Amino acid sequence: MTDNEAKRIMEALLFISDKPLASEEARRVLKEFDAKTVNRLLDELKSEYGYSKKGFCVEEVAGGWQLVTDPYFAPWIRKLYKKEMTDKLSRPALETLAIIAYKQPITRNDIESIRGVSIDGVIKTLCDRNLVKISGRKEAPGRPIIYVTTKEFLERFGLPSLSHLPRIEDFHLESKEKISEEVQDAIKGSEKKS
Amino acid sequence: MSYKVKLEIFEGPLDLLLYFIKKDEINIYDIPISKITDQYLQYLEFMKLLDLNIAGEYLVMAATLMHIKSKLLLPPEEREAEEEEVKDPRQELVEKLLEYQKFKEAAAKLDIMEKGRKDIFKRQAPGDILSKDTQVRYFEANIFDLISAFSKILKEMPKETFHNIVKDEFTVEEKMHDIYHMLVARPKLMFTELFKDAKNKFEIVVTFLSILELIRLKEIKVYQKHMFDEIEIIRNTESMKPGIHSSGAL
Repeated sequence: MTDNEAKRIMEALLFISDKPLASEEARRVLKEFDAKTVNRLLDELKSEYGYSKKGFCVEEVAGGWQLVTDPYFAPWIRKLYKKEMTDKLSRPALETLAIIAYKQPITRNDIESIRGVSIDGVIKTLCDRNLVKISGRKEAPGRPIIYVTTKEFLERFGLPSLSHLPRIEDFHLESKEKISEEVQDAIKGSEKKS
Repeated sequence: MSYKVKLEIFEGPLDLLLYFIKKDEINIYDIPISKITDQYLQYLEFMKLLDLNIAGEYLVMAATLMHIKSKLLLPPEEREAEEEEVKDPRQELVEKLLEYQKFKEAAAKLDIMEKGRKDIFKRQAPGDILSKDTQVRYFEANIFDLISAFSKILKEMPKETFHNIVKDEFTVEEKMHDIYHMLVARPKLMFTELFKDAKNKFEIVVTFLSILELIRLKEIKVYQKHMFDEIEIIRNTESMKPGIHSSGAL
């Protein structure tokens, strides 16, 4: 089979998939191709769709590939179809989810210590919505449960993988060293005043 | 007459403190503890006035703030001052606030990302055409499942039975052959159907023993779809050797 044929097969698979198609799944069908080639062909397909300016494109999300419409055409699509709106996440839920996403695997206690409040109800909501799951127990006193995010989490936020999360370092401007430096300065300042 | 009060909703004591800091444009690295503590306690009073339940975390933070305040008021102890590292009592709180602030921003970012997804449509599930080789997942039934299925059958057996006197009508060996040959003809048997035509308790017991023996000889496998579900019997294709025919009595 030529690469081109394989690519068309994958195109067909993408066409009928309602979930991101993982490259391992594509490989189940195209057994003679190695993972590298399958990934390359899917990538090629993605750029082919990108160049040719179609109404939809191949998007890389949640560890797979998927056909999605161009957001530009949303107003027209809406005239015909309503998108089932997923329930918006509350602020506590989003904050907790953010902490789990960046710090996973993480125990409930560690989450609560960052947020400064109990997360009883929130963690249940997140688990019920399949955005986080219990991945096991930490080998620490009490063997607390540890949480990680799920594939659905990646899909919901349009992330190809966890490494595509916005860099958290960009969020706070000063590093820790700077903090203590400034604190030290402040102390010196107050000492001088007194 | 009732008043409606619009309250900023805070996600906890850290959020509340960040609010004070932002509102008064306070330098987070040099928090005027005394001022912040007063503001914080005032807010708690306000919450009490409104008859809001004050969560324990808010009280803990109030205690922490007052503890820091008192530490700052006291002159540093001689010994401490001599040590090179003079730790600001506020440092721990500042670090906590910054850490929390970071994730608050991360949450806001996630919110934006989620909103960005609302204009993207993906293919709808094409319904029943696409049952991506959805094999029903089975798990192997254990001995207790077998026993409970067996006792169910015994219970369902009609109480009144006619006692035909038949001499050794059923032997385990024969039953084993029967079951085995049924499985050659059909890929799958239901556990209960093996007992459907059982004439008496003795036959049921013999049938059950044959199943156990066939499992022991690795000739068959028993499965169920869910816990407490109907048990299904299939041939163990891994060992297709003709062991059954040579194996003698139990």
